[in-house]
Amino acid sequence: MTENNELIRLSAAVLAEKLAAREVTAVEVVQAHLDRIAAVDGKVHAFLHVNAEEALAVAAEVDAIRAAGGAAAEELHVLAGVPIAVKDLIVTIGQPTTAGSKILEGWHSPYDATVVERLRAAKMPILGKTNLDEFAMGSSTEHSAYGPTRNPWDLDRIPGGSGGGSAAAVAAFEAPLALGTDTGGSIRQPGAVTGTVGVKPTYGGVSRYGAIAMASSLDQIGPVSRTVLDSALLHQVIGGHDPRDSTSLPDPLEDLVAAARTGNVEGMKIGIIKELHGEGYQAGVENRFNESLDLLRSAGAEIIEVSCPNFKYALGAYYLIMPSEASSNLAKFDGVRYGLRVLPEEGPLTIERVMGATRAAGFGDEVKRRIILGTYALSAGYYDAYYGSAQKVRTLIQRDFEAAFAQADVLISPTAPTTAFKLGEKLNDPLAMYLNDVATIPANMAGVPGLSLPGGLADEDGLPVGIQLLAPARQDARLYRVGAVLESLLEAQWGGPLLEKAPSLTSASLTDTLASHGGSH
Amino acid sequence: MAAINRDDVAHLARLAHIEMSAEELDRMAGELAVIVESVKSVSEAAGDDVPATSHPIPLTNVFREDVVGHTFTAEQSLSGAPDGYEGRFKVPAILDED
Repeated sequence: MTENNELIRLSAAVLAEKLAAREVTAVEVVQAHLDRIAAVDGKVHAFLHVNAEEALAVAAEVDAIRAAGGAAAEELHVLAGVPIAVKDLIVTIGQPTTAGSKILEGWHSPYDATVVERLRAAKMPILGKTNLDEFAMGSSTEHSAYGPTRNPWDLDRIPGGSGGGSAAAVAAFEAPLALGTDTGGSIRQPGAVTGTVGVKPTYGGVSRYGAIAMASSLDQIGPVSRTVLDSALLHQVIGGHDPRDSTSLPDPLEDLVAAARTGNVEGMKIGIIKELHGEGYQAGVENRFNESLDLLRSAGAEIIEVSCPNFKYALGAYYLIMPSEASSNLAKFDGVRYGLRVLPEEGPLTIERVMGATRAAGFGDEVKRRIILGTYALSAGYYDAYYGSAQKVRTLIQRDFEAAFAQADVLISPTAPTTAFKLGEKLNDPLAMYLNDVATIPANMAGVPGLSLPGGLADEDGLPVGIQLLAPARQDARLYRVGAVLESLLEAQWGGPLLEKAPSLTSASLTDTLASHGGSH
Repeated sequence: MAAINRDDVAHLARLAHIEMSAEELDRMAGELAVIVESVKSVSEAAGDDVPATSHPIPLTNVFREDVVGHTFTAEQSLSGAPDGYEGRFKVPAILDED
């Protein structure tokens, strides 16, 4: 019998194999993760809601189907019984969805997001909902109305954001897989600072039906995992056309799992983006980045340098487009249709005043800042100078990518300029916080896919560094092909996965814990 | 481009239906001024000949069959609402009494 402590450390791909071979049951796998959540989430706070009963019921159903054998067992999805956590921006029947905001506290969606329907169809038990910056607005998860998530590598540090809960859950072995959303880096930047893998698919590659919208021309749902192959497996579950999302691409999904399994970079041209490293990037980040380049070179890739001169405008343009779209998307929180209603303390109870009081009490500071900024950028007299100009910058960024991809098959950069910073360090300096996404934002502006994978630990602080790969739109498979090669080269150097170097989070040492959990549950 | 001041923020907060205290207006005006200053360069980045991009991968004529799809019952629609009456959303008064 496999020890539970061992089960939580397995990748989704290995768990799937063991489940199919009936070496473990899905109930054992789910219970092991629920036990881990109970043991460490008091410290990490990755989850806003734990869905134990339903997850165990789905696992028991998978086990029963497998035990009965026959056609139904044959037809089970490869990930059937492999548990997953879902970012609390994505709506789920049977569990609350808060978006990390007081305005939706206790709200239950009457429908499932398309990606959640697909998880259910694959019979993947949903462990719960993960913490995030309120409405996905932030780079540290400190803007959650329910308190911050902590980085499993150092509990005094941020886990990135907005999807810090999903990344931390996976890094702390509370779940093998999670769903995230990425508007300016909210999957990739948390992946970088927690030593995990995160992918932002091509815009339109994964349905957003049921993801609470922040900036509709930028938002994308994607996989969060500990290995490149696991992200490919999950991407394959959630990807593909959905008629309920009018921006969903009609293209058939490529075989991403095959790409991850047959990774090869020989003869490939990999472009370093001149503007996305060097000045402003931490020395340890730069060192790990250069090492990854050497490894790719040694595996037969040709490393070239490309220039994307307009990327210097990307952050500014992003902070005009994103708040503009967010201010419009968040207008629906009016104190009438969902969640919170707060009555003004005095004076007449008109809708205007009820809305004003509700939104004042229900939204946190960062959400208010972005709504006001967006309202400003869209107002008469400023529209052309702000929103209009930012949209033109988008065109320039797309042209930069086009030119770069004419020279290189994939592009590479550090995912974030620094490793995880201390909780509170940048909370009162919005601009410093925004700079965390400087390397991830261009992909959202152009709609191209990006993947972040762990590149090692920075010398100066021993914290994870992320390496970002970018591919042309609709070429997500290239990310997996290159990512899998780089991952295996790096792990050969480290002698195993990077997360083996992370603290155990339980007071007892690993051997003590194994001894005290003698049998399986 | 004009700088953003406290009166602007008060006006924008009204437009956005967010009540703000005097202290909040002061703080927000300071923070937004810094942010607006830092995004200024965007307006000088592109010339008149550059077209605007609103969606990264635009699709056209995205239609579905004109048949009734999935609909929610009134009960489901009202399940998350703070107030309802006989299967409808209950909205506070639109007009002030005086």
